[in-house]
This record gives sequence, C-alpha cells and structure tokens, in this order.
Amino acid sequence: MAQLSCVDLCLGYDNKVILENLNFSVSSGDYLCIVGENGSGKSTLMKTILGLQSPISGKVVFSDGMHKDQIGYLPQQTVVQKDFPASVREIVLSGCCGGSGFRPFYNASQKELCEKAMEKMGITNLSKRCYRELSGGQQQRVLLARALCATEKMLLLDEPVSGLDPKVTADMYELIERLNREDKITVIMISHDISAAVKYATHILHIGKNVFFGKKHEYLKSREGKIFDIAEGGAKQ
Amino acid sequence: MNFFVKIINDLQTYFEFPFVRYALIVGILISLCSSLLGVTLVLKRFSFIGDGLSHVAFGAMAIASVLKLTNNMPLILIITVLCAILLLRSGSRRKIKGDAAVAMISVGALAMGYLMLNVLNPSSNLTGDVCSTLFGSTSILTLTKTNVYICIVLSVLMLLFFVFFYNKIFAVTFDENFALATGTKANLYNLLIAVVVAVIIVLAMNLVGSLLISALVIFPALSAMRVFKSFKSVTICSAIFSVVCTTLGLLISIVAGTPVGSTIVAVDIVGFLGFYVAGLIKGGKKA
Repeated sequence: MAQLSCVDLCLGYDNKVILENLNFSVSSGDYLCIVGENGSGKSTLMKTILGLQSPISGKVVFSDGMHKDQIGYLPQQTVVQKDFPASVREIVLSGCCGGSGFRPFYNASQKELCEKAMEKMGITNLSKRCYRELSGGQQQRVLLARALCATEKMLLLDEPVSGLDPKVTADMYELIERLNREDKITVIMISHDISAAVKYATHILHIGKNVFFGKKHEYLKSREGKIFDIAEGGAKQ
Repeated sequence: MNFFVKIINDLQTYFEFPFVRYALIVGILISLCSSLLGVTLVLKRFSFIGDGLSHVAFGAMAIASVLKLTNNMPLILIITVLCAILLLRSGSRRKIKGDAAVAMISVGALAMGYLMLNVLNPSSNLTGDVCSTLFGSTSILTLTKTNVYICIVLSVLMLLFFVFFYNKIFAVTFDENFALATGTKANLYNLLIAVVVAVIIVLAMNLVGSLLISALVIFPALSAMRVFKSFKSVTICSAIFSVVCTTLGLLISIVAGTPVGSTIVAVDIVGFLGFYVAGLIKGGKKA
C-alpha cells in the first residue's frame, strides 16, 4: 500500500507552472530516486512533499499510517550552518523537536533515540565535537542522524552527496542503502547522479520535459533512460 | 592602592542613591536578555536588527512627540513589534533579503523621525533631544521605581520564554526548513522571537540609546563564539559576558563621569578582544 501518493500534482511558484500532471506513489520500503536537470522542479517537488510550499493544484496524500510530519528530511547545507556553534549531540537531538509538541524539554526516550541514531551513523565518538569543525562527510552523517530522530518510516534526501569526495560518496550511498534494506525505511532521494540512482534505487522518477515514473528496469528501457544508457555506454568505451 | 580605596569609597557613596541601584538592576537585566537573544540573532544573520529596530523605535518616538502623547510607550512598542515581525517572518522567497530589509527600514525610520521632529515639533532643544535618544541619555540614571518594576517583569517573562522554548529556538535557528518539515511550528516561534526582540530593544533604548543597542546584541554572542563550541555553552557564556561587561561599564561611567552607553560598549570591545585572543590560543593548541 502506498505511503505517499501525488495525485495530478501541478507545481510552481508565483503562478508560474514548472511541472504539470505529476502522478506517482511510493510504498513502504521503496527506494525512489528523483532525477532531472537543474530547474526541472526537483526542489519544488520536494518542498511540496514536505509541506513547505503548497501545490498550484492536485494534492499530496499520505496513507498507510504515514503522517506529513513523519518524514525525516536531509536538506542541503545552508550558509547559516557553516559556522554554527553547536555540538553534534545538540543537532541530532533537535531532530526530536517536532515530536515534542509544546513540551519544552526532551524526555528520556527521545534522548535514547538520539543515541541510537548517532550509533547507527557511526558518529557516537563525535557527539561532543563542534559541528562546524567536522568534515563534509561527517556533517552529512550528523544531519542524517537528525533526520532519523524525526522518522522511522520515510527519509527524504536532497542531494545527499553533493560536495563529497568519491570515497565518502560511496560510503554515504552504502549507509543509505543499509537504512533502506535493514531498517525498512522508505527512501526518496533527489540526485544528479543517475548512475548511482540506477544502481541503488528500486523506482525512478524522471522529471523534466518528459516525465517518467516506474521501476528501475522499466526506466532503463524507456526513452529517458536510454539517453542515459547511451551516455554511460559512450563513457565506457 | 589608595586609588582603589578611593574608588570603592566613591562607589559606596554612589550606591546610597536609589537611582544608581535602579540603573544597575535595569542594566543587568537588559544586558542579560539581549545577550540571550543575541546568539540567535547573530546566527540568523540578523546582527543589525537591534540597530534597525531601535531606529524604528526612534521614529515611533518622533511620531508620539509630534502627536503630543504623554505616554509614548504603547505606540513605540506596537510599531516596533510590527516591524520586527515584518523583518523576522520566515519565508525564503522574499523579495528583499534580511540585511537589505533591515538597512532599509532602519535608515528610513531614522530619517522620517528626524524630519518629523524638525518640521512639526516646536521644541527648542531639538539637537539635544535627538542626540540623547540616539546615544542614550543619562535617562538610565533617572529611572523611576515604576520603570524598574516594568523592566523586572518583562525581563522575567523573557527569561521564562527563553528557558521554556530553548530547544525550539535552537531547532528553528539551526534549520528552519527542517523544523517546519518535521512538525515544529517554526512560524509561531519566529513570531514570538520577533516580538520578544522588539520588546527588549525598546527597553534597551533607555540604557544605551538607539545607536549602541547592536553592541548589547552582538558583542556577547560573538565573543562567546570565539571560545565555545556548543550552543548551550555559547548561550551561557554570552549571558555572563554581557552582565559582567555592563556592570563594569556602568560602574566606570558613574565613577569617571563618562557617558553610560559608550562606556558599556567600550568595555564590550575590550572583552571581545580578550575572547578573540583566548580563542586564538585555544584553537592554536588544538591544531
């Protein structure tokens, strides 16, 4: 059963339409990659799913016990965060904030959740370190741990590997894959990296002039996927 | 040695006057409040909001005096709070970004206020009035008991707000979009922060004047950030820094007869330099 479905979604801002008639759904345990060129509306789609922006028409439906606030979100880094004085633990724990309602302090189970998330990301030894002094890969792990504090069901990752070197990138993909496989967390990932998308994802959503949504092997046979295949084949020769 | 004895004796004499005690109480409370908010504001890239809003308050004061209101406080508060909300409201798709918006409102309000006073107000001592609002008059030394009570009540409310919402403020400051996406009412907290900031700034105008309020907001936060690495330690350190500097500045200005606002800022600058060096030494050790 679908956790998240987008029905006849029409996206854009200031009454300018970017994407029309978008229909797709994500089921529990899926690994969906959203690919497309710059300006194709990937970020707008993501903001709409998160409820940060409302669609021009159509709707985003959550079902199967899923609620809008239960998406763990890994955003791209902002300027503000680059020199933010905060310890790793403080940041990871802030992922629990949404679940606290008006309760001012974190309770024991939230703190435990935070410890577990740090353990899973292998950053327990960094917990007292200052965020701004970490490497790019470590920072991404911290933010991923924070996202895990906010969800048990679905992660939405916005270009999680941008700016990381190849080795750290591979580690990051492994980490995400493990969350998807072992913890059965649904993953929705926005990516420029089509080869990684094809490698890890179960489903692909390609947006742009032509929209494609379907399973990975269908994508490779489709027109959008073929273009990629030719490009990749060309590179190999 | 004799010199210090003389200073302490002097201070003892001064402290027999209630207005000196009032000034100290109000000074400490306001510096405490503004330093706590300062951490958030500096991190949100709104360092200059203190300056901007205090100019708005100055403009509002000009309107009040032109209208010949006897109690100008409510009008000043309302206008400043509205401007604060306008500046701090969330939303990344704004047409004019934070720093430009603050600069625009700040300069605009200052100019309009002065213009109005000049054209419409027959007061003879115009330059004196304007100068004392901008640089902080001796009005901190002329506080009445009611002023002190108002200040105590508002400061306690603000401190409660800060402690109670500390975790939310952290979440919203660090990553507004994440907070919003995961169900924290970021807009509500931004609104609350804006209101509190405006109230503190209107209060602080009495202490150091419009032009120097920024100092109370940014120096403690920036100094603490040189040395400390976590949000909690930065917050606590900046509160202590601010209270110590304001107390010292106030005492020096009383003894030496210097202007209150600028003396406090001077002490802040010295404190900042101290922390800067301390940060360099600490960072050097690590590397």
